[in-house]
Amino acid sequence: MKDLRAVALFTTLIALVPFLTQSGVVLNFVMMALYASLLAQAWNILGGYGGQFSFGHSLFFGTGAYVQAIAQMQAGLSPWLALLLAAASGAAVGGFIGSVSFRYGLKGSYFALVTLAFAEVFRIFALSVPFTGAGVGLMLPLKESASNMQFADKAGFVWLILGLVTIALLVTVWLRHSRFGAYLQAVRDNEDAARAIGVNPFKIKLWAAILSGGLMAAGGAFYVQIFHYIDPGLAYGPATSVEALVGAIVGGMGTLWGPLLGAVVLSVLGDVTRNMFGQLPGINMVIYGCVLILIMLFLPRGISGLGASCRSIFGRKKDRS
Amino acid sequence: MFDLSILFTSVLNGITTGAVYALIALGLTLIYGVLHIINFAHGASLMVALYGVYFLKEQLGIDPYAALPVMVTVMFGLGYSLQRGIINRASHGKDENILLVTLGLSIVLENLALLFFKSDTRSIDTSYTLATITVGPAMIALPKIVAFAGALAVSAVLLAIMRYTDLGRAIRAVAKEKHGARLMGIDVDHVYAMSFGIGLACLGAAACFLLPAYYVNPLVGNGFVLIAFTIVVLGGMGSFVGALIGGLLIGVVESIGGLYLGESLGQVGIFVIFIAVLLFRPQGLFGANA
Amino acid sequence: MSLLTVSHLSRSFGGVKAVQDVSLQIPPGSLTALIGPNGAGKTTLFSLISGFTAPDAGTVVFDGKDITGQAPHLSAKLGLTRTFQIVQPFTGQTVRENIAVGAHLQHAKRTEALSEAETVAERVGLASQLDKPAKDLTVAGRKRLELARALATQPKLLLLDEVLAGLNPQEIQEMLPVVRGIVDGGVTVLMIEHVMQAVMNLAEHVWVLAQGQLIAEGSPGSVTQNPQVIEAYLGHGTAARLRQAKQDSV
Repeated sequence: MKDLRAVALFTTLIALVPFLTQSGVVLNFVMMALYASLLAQAWNILGGYGGQFSFGHSLFFGTGAYVQAIAQMQAGLSPWLALLLAAASGAAVGGFIGSVSFRYGLKGSYFALVTLAFAEVFRIFALSVPFTGAGVGLMLPLKESASNMQFADKAGFVWLILGLVTIALLVTVWLRHSRFGAYLQAVRDNEDAARAIGVNPFKIKLWAAILSGGLMAAGGAFYVQIFHYIDPGLAYGPATSVEALVGAIVGGMGTLWGPLLGAVVLSVLGDVTRNMFGQLPGINMVIYGCVLILIMLFLPRGISGLGASCRSIFGRKKDRS
Repeated sequence: MFDLSILFTSVLNGITTGAVYALIALGLTLIYGVLHIINFAHGASLMVALYGVYFLKEQLGIDPYAALPVMVTVMFGLGYSLQRGIINRASHGKDENILLVTLGLSIVLENLALLFFKSDTRSIDTSYTLATITVGPAMIALPKIVAFAGALAVSAVLLAIMRYTDLGRAIRAVAKEKHGARLMGIDVDHVYAMSFGIGLACLGAAACFLLPAYYVNPLVGNGFVLIAFTIVVLGGMGSFVGALIGGLLIGVVESIGGLYLGESLGQVGIFVIFIAVLLFRPQGLFGANA
Repeated sequence: MSLLTVSHLSRSFGGVKAVQDVSLQIPPGSLTALIGPNGAGKTTLFSLISGFTAPDAGTVVFDGKDITGQAPHLSAKLGLTRTFQIVQPFTGQTVRENIAVGAHLQHAKRTEALSEAETVAERVGLASQLDKPAKDLTVAGRKRLELARALATQPKLLLLDEVLAGLNPQEIQEMLPVVRGIVDGGVTVLMIEHVMQAVMNLAEHVWVLAQGQLIAEGSPGSVTQNPQVIEAYLGHGTAARLRQAKQDSV
C-alpha cells in the first residue's frame, strides 16, 4: 500500500547516502537526525496516536542505555544481543508504567506528572546504586568492529540507526492499518465512545506504552554505542524527554512522517545555532522551548498540519457537493 | 535510632521548610483550581523570582524582606502578561496544549538562566543569614523562622482575598463554572490572567523568604516544581488548606527522610508519595475535584 | 424470553437517588422507549445497564447472562451497545474510519472493517460523506454517525440516547425510517426520547421514569393519557385541570 511503498523508498534512498558522500559532517548529521527521529517516533506512538502525553520518556531511554552498557560490560554479551535486551527492558518498563498509570485511569496532566516523577525516581536511583556506576556513570570501552556494534566508518552507524528508524516507521504503518491502531486512536479521541463499542482502553493504552517504551529504549542503546558513555543525568534527565516530544509535536503528532520531519527540523535548527553561538550550555534547549511555544501558538498540528490545512482550504472548493 | 533532640530539630526544620513549600504550592493550587491546568512553568518562575531577589540584593542592596512589595508586583505582572499574552493564545482552547506551552516556557526560562548565569550556585549574605533561634533542644536558622511566619501571613492574605473581595468571588465563580460566569458578565480571560498573576506573585513572596535560607541556581526550579506538584496533589487539587497542610507534611517527610536515608534518597520519599497519591487517591486529602 | 431484564436497579449520587428500584423487561426484536421529564434518571439508567456506572443494588441480565456492573466493552462484545446524548465522534478521523472502529468488533482485518463501514453508512444514509472528517459533520450527520458506529458492532440490543435531539423537523422525519429499518433488520432497540412524535410513531411499549422511579408503562397511547405521567411532565394538579378544562368545553 501507499505507506509501505513510501517507507521502502525512504529507506532505500537514505541507505544510499553513505555511498554518495564521504563527508563526515553530512553522515554525522544524517545519523543524528535519524537518532532524534527514532526518539520522536517512539514518543509519537503513545503521545500522538495514543493521546497520552508522557513528559518523562527518558525513563525508557535511560533504561535502554543502561541495559546496553551493563549487558556488555558486566555480562559480556554481544552488543547486538544487548540491543534486543535493551529494547525488551524498555518495553517492560513501558508495561510497568502503563499498567500502574492506566489501571488507575490516569490521563492528561496527571499522566504527564507521573511519567515525570518516575523518570526522576529512576534518576535518583541510578545516582545511588553501584551497578550503574552511580554518579560517575558507565564508560563503554572502545573496540571498533562490526560485531561489536562500534563502526570505524560512520556509515555503519547510519545504517544501524536507519534500520531502527525503519522498524519504527513500519510499526507506525502497522498502527495506521490495523485494528489495534484504530482502537488506539479511538481511545485517544473519545475513550467513553470507544468503550461503548467494545474497546478495552486499559489494554490498548498498555500495549501502546509497551511499544513506545521498547522503541525509545532502542534509541538509548544506540546512544551508548555512539557516545560510549552514560550517566544518570544523561539517561533519565529531562533533555531527552523534551527532545522526543518536541520533535513529534513540531513535525505533527499522530502522523507517519511528522516525527521524522520534526526531528530533521530540530536537528537543522540545532546545528545552525551551534554554528552561530558555539557550544553555549543550554542554547539547544532554549531553541527547543521557543519552537515548542511558537508551534503551539501558530501551528498546533505541527508542520504536517500545514499540509492538511492547505488541503482543506484548497480542497473545500471541490467538496461543495 | 536518632537522638530525640536531633529528631525534634529535623521536624522543626521540616515544618519551617514545609511552610515555604506550601507558599509555593498555594500559587500552583490557585492556578490549577481556576484554570484547571498544571503550570509546568511554576518551578522555572520561582527560579526567576529567586534570581530577582538575588540581584536586587547584590546590585541594589535591597534586603530580601524589603524587596517583598517589588517582587510581588513584578511577578504578578509577569504572570498576568504570560497568561494573557502567550498561554491563553497558544492553548486554542485545548488543555493538552496548555500543558505543552507551560512546558515550553519552563524549558526556555531554565535554559536562558543557564546561559546567562552558568550553573553556579549563588546565595546572599546578610546580617541575619547565619543567625539562629533556639527552640527547646533545637537550633533553627532565623531566616527559616521568618519564612515560616511569612508563609503563614501570605496564605492568610490569599485566603482573605479569595473570600472577601470581588475578585476572589469572581475567581471562585470562574473556577466552578466558567461559562456561567461569563454569562454573568465576568471577564473570564481577565480572571484567568489575574489568577495566574496572583499565583506567580505568591512565588515572588516565596522567593523573598526562601533566598536568605537557601540558594539559587538555574536548575533549582526543578526540585521545587515536583515538590510543589506533590503538595498540590496531596492536599487536593484546588484546596488551599490542603496545600498548607500538605506543604508542612512534605517538609517534615523530606527532613526526616533526609535524616535516615541521606539527602538524595530522602527526595525519593517525596516522589513515592507523589506517585502513590496520584495512583490511589488523586483527589488528595482534602480535594474537591477527583 | 426477554433479551434484557433489569431487576430492582438503584443508584444514588451523594444524597440524590438518581435511579430507584427500576425493573423492566425488553423482548427481543422490539422497539421500545424510555421517556420522562428532564433529570428523571433516564441516561443514568442507560449508564447502569451498559456498565458505565455500577449500580448500588439490583441486577442486569442480558441474553441470559448477568452483566451487572460489567465494563462497557465486555457488554459490547456480548451485543449490547449504547449511544450518547451528547454525540461523541472520533474527531481525528473520517466518517468511514469512525464506523470502522465499531466494525472492528466483528472484523479483525482492516480492509474488512472499512468495507463493512461502507455498508453500514449506506444503511443510515451517510454513504455520500464517508471520506469527510467527522468533525465537519452537521448535528444530524453526527447523530447518524453515532448510530452507524454502534450498528457496525452488530449489536443485539441498541440503547439509543436521544438520537433525535437537536434535529429539525425534516431531519427527524428522515431519521425515523432509519431507526425503524434497524429494528426491521433484527436489532432490538430501546430509545430514550423527548420527541413525542417519534415515541408515538415507533415505540411498541413505553416506560416512564420520573425522579428515578418507574411511574408507568404501557402502549404509547395509554401512557400519554396517564394522569401520573401528565403530572410528572407538567406539574402537580395539571391532570385534574386538563380534565376539568375538557369537561368545561363540552
